[in-house]
Amino acid sequence: MSQERELELYFGPQHLGMVGNFSITLKVEGDKILEASANPGWLHRGFEKLMEYRTWIQNFPMVCRINVVEPDSMEMVYAMAVEKLAGIEVPERANYIRTIVLELARLVSHLFGCWAYANMLGFDTVAQWAMYHRDLILDLFEELTGARVYHIYIWPGGVRRDLPEGFKDKVLNTLHTIGSCIPDYDSAFFNNRLFYERAKNIGKITREEAKRLGATGQILRATGVKYDIRKIEPYAVYDRVDFEVPTREDGDAYSRIWIVRDEMIQSVHIIMQCFEKMPRGEVYNKVPNPFKWRIPEGETYVRVESSRGELGLYLVSNGEDKPYRVHFRTPSYPHGLVILEKLLKNASIADVGNIMISLYVTAPEIDR
Amino acid sequence: MKEKSEVKKGSVLKPFKAIKYLFEKPGTLRYPFEQKEPSPRYRGFHLNDWDKCTGCGNCADICPNQAITMVEIPEIKPKTGEKNERPKIDYGRCCFCGLCVDICPPGSLRLSRDYLHIHFDPGTFTLLAKDEKTDKEHFLPEEKYSIFQASLAHRKTDNEGFVSDLKYSLFEPERVPMPEVPPEKRVLSFMEQVLGYSREEAKKEALRCLECKLCEDACPAHLKISEYIKAIYEDKPDESLRKIFEDNPIPAICGRICMAHCEKACSLGKRGEPVAIRWLKRYASDMVEDYKKALGVKPAKSTGKKVAVIGAGPGGLSVAYFLRLKGHEITVFDSLPGGGGMMRIGPPLYRLPIESIDKDVNYIASLGVKFKFNTTVGKDILFEDIYKNYDAIYLGIGTTVSRSTRVKNSDKAYPALLFLKENKIGKGVKVGREVIVIGGGNVAMDVAREALRLQHIQYPGEKVVTKTVSLEDWDIMPATKEEIEDAKAEGVQFNPGWGPKEIKVEDGKVKGLLCMKVKSVFDEQGRFNPTFYEDKEMFLEGDMVIEAIGQAPDFSFIPKELFDKLEFTPRRKVKVDENGKTSLPKVFAGGDIVNLNLDAVTAIADAKRAAEGIDLYLKGKLK
Repeated sequence: MSQERELELYFGPQHLGMVGNFSITLKVEGDKILEASANPGWLHRGFEKLMEYRTWIQNFPMVCRINVVEPDSMEMVYAMAVEKLAGIEVPERANYIRTIVLELARLVSHLFGCWAYANMLGFDTVAQWAMYHRDLILDLFEELTGARVYHIYIWPGGVRRDLPEGFKDKVLNTLHTIGSCIPDYDSAFFNNRLFYERAKNIGKITREEAKRLGATGQILRATGVKYDIRKIEPYAVYDRVDFEVPTREDGDAYSRIWIVRDEMIQSVHIIMQCFEKMPRGEVYNKVPNPFKWRIPEGETYVRVESSRGELGLYLVSNGEDKPYRVHFRTPSYPHGLVILEKLLKNASIADVGNIMISLYVTAPEIDR
Repeated sequence: MKEKSEVKKGSVLKPFKAIKYLFEKPGTLRYPFEQKEPSPRYRGFHLNDWDKCTGCGNCADICPNQAITMVEIPEIKPKTGEKNERPKIDYGRCCFCGLCVDICPPGSLRLSRDYLHIHFDPGTFTLLAKDEKTDKEHFLPEEKYSIFQASLAHRKTDNEGFVSDLKYSLFEPERVPMPEVPPEKRVLSFMEQVLGYSREEAKKEALRCLECKLCEDACPAHLKISEYIKAIYEDKPDESLRKIFEDNPIPAICGRICMAHCEKACSLGKRGEPVAIRWLKRYASDMVEDYKKALGVKPAKSTGKKVAVIGAGPGGLSVAYFLRLKGHEITVFDSLPGGGGMMRIGPPLYRLPIESIDKDVNYIASLGVKFKFNTTVGKDILFEDIYKNYDAIYLGIGTTVSRSTRVKNSDKAYPALLFLKENKIGKGVKVGREVIVIGGGNVAMDVAREALRLQHIQYPGEKVVTKTVSLEDWDIMPATKEEIEDAKAEGVQFNPGWGPKEIKVEDGKVKGLLCMKVKSVFDEQGRFNPTFYEDKEMFLEGDMVIEAIGQAPDFSFIPKELFDKLEFTPRRKVKVDENGKTSLPKVFAGGDIVNLNLDAVTAIADAKRAAEGIDLYLKGKLK
């Protein structure tokens, strides 16, 4: 009899509540989920393999595409690995510019996350604000790099071009515009009773479990662990700017989204400090001729704090003009497969999207 | 910030404050009536300046998506240093990364701020990139542009976006500086001016090469330049030398004095400095002590055919080398005491030391080529005898007689070749304190710079002057820029745009040169035909005049009945067919008596052609 009570339900990739090319197969009994199995293969592009067939520089237009939402941390991690293997120095000014870009990218990603989450819960007004504000930052990226989404801006040896004239003022203006809306965001979303009711105690995970399952980013920090690569293993100029790592104790969806909100404010602080401290000078140390550039044999693992957690890259060179092996450690992998499946157990169908988006899963980076 | 678990449950009413946004200006644009202006660096569709584009194809090579193909454009006439190919972009593949822009050596390829393509036909997704300069039809000024028709064939003028910047380019526009002896030191002796690259420097310079191979098309002998440079980068000088020897058997000579047509074609030279191809060739030959061991080449089995080569210059040496490898018996005749021909007497020691010449010549001799030096054909051995006793003959005699200005008292002037020869392999010349060199070519530069050195050696500490007089003004002076700069740095004085009128002589001694102002050097047909302002005169004081205005060949060794059968072109060059064969049976020719380039590498190219021709002839495949 029990078999007839169970039902297999497909959530995504065409489901309205699904964000991204991702699907979950649910086994439900009534409204209760008995078992969930995530299927990320809808956006498999074989990047890691493709990168073995392209030269070091030709891989740059590729790495950023692994994560649509925040391409810059991908560029950064690849540039860092290449620099480490090839022994390339980065000018000081470029490090500051990189930090600014990475924090702007974090803002873009977080605003996008707010859009997704607000949209999912039906707070369409807030979602539209977030989308609009994200677009304002994309305008800044367009100004800086010439492209809105795939910037291909951070590369080995520094950054691809210096800041355009008047860029600082434009950034500060935009940040001011967004910042002045924080009270509205708060009243309409973060301090909204409906949001509280909808997100509190949903998708709860304990500190031990989060650690055991490889959670990083907001998911781990929402359980009270101050784990942030920018502090643990500072790269770019994170050791020279002052910022805090927001944490919360409850480990539920509500805490995670509040951490996202607080992190955005920290990002703004970091950007302001970078503009203040940034020295003049070069921004790019030339890399060798891309057609002949060979990187000495070696392997390395580098990591950065992306907007969703620890992003790592294991890169092996066997002395050729192309990488021998590329492997990314992307935060969405444990979040979107292991933790999601676990948290969905015994949840209700109405909370599937809620939990998934609170975990900040970006489908393209799960299956590279 | 650190609000702990004590979370506020939030308000139900406060969210309604958001209603105020109803009365604010919406953030969205009412496209297409309201448009967003793309940023100045925007990476949109491509623009390509066809006049600047060299067709090098680096954009197609770097493209990670293989979106760019090079398409041959029949309307563009191929020039040296340029291919008649232009990039075509497939926007189904392009990811707008702009790597093509950053690798473009002439900076012709740019990205525009256009990004709209509205069309029903997916076939229109490819674009042969042009810009408003060459495509007036599809690039429209603001008033004629309509966003409703925006497509790859309906674009705005003056809409440049992401452009190339040398500071951020993916190639290195600057050369690794070549270590040289400074001018004030080098004028005091004949030590070699260019010191040559060290291993690290050579590797670094070789790394700059983008492998577009424009240089290989420009080189008369079509050396596999990109391959031998790559071998140097990979630290394999032996391999590099093997590649060089496929087309040029005298790298130590050419690596020093080649006219480097390749460097003029190098795509990096369009906005920066070309790859130092010549110095890299020199590096490869200098690095290998023993050619024979490194190359490991052996001549083919003997064919028993005998070939006589007259003249051991670059052409004669090359033809001897290539034919020897094919198994023929080669004898080279030359009146000089060693190989190299004009290279042995022409380029002064500070440019080409005798040891470097002998390194190449000795290797060719070691392959079994017989050299008969100090043998003047027509005097020590008769041409008729050679003609009778050998199966084929190659004339690589070059131009050995200095031309004279034939002005009054020109018999008092010193001929350039004699001057150079005496100094390089003879007893040396006693120079005057004030030397006047007539001529503006590379030989004149050699003579002037050599005279200056001799003056410093012969009159230490005294005031000495060397000046040149040339018909050509700065802009058309035939000497290479490099030579002119070096001569200037050493202190040679220049008088461009003046022609000699008379050498003033008093009591049998040269007192100076009377010059007249040049009106024009070439006539309307572009032929050399100088005209002067007879009334505008200038007198240059001097106690020695050297004429370096060109050389002519000497065919006196060929008996009249054979010489009459030898055909010439209208420009007084020996006429040869596509196999290098002259109108005389079994006689082939090449070098300065055949081509108009008058340099070593063209002589090698002629020799390569003639070697193939002679081989076919000896096998009976050629009449």
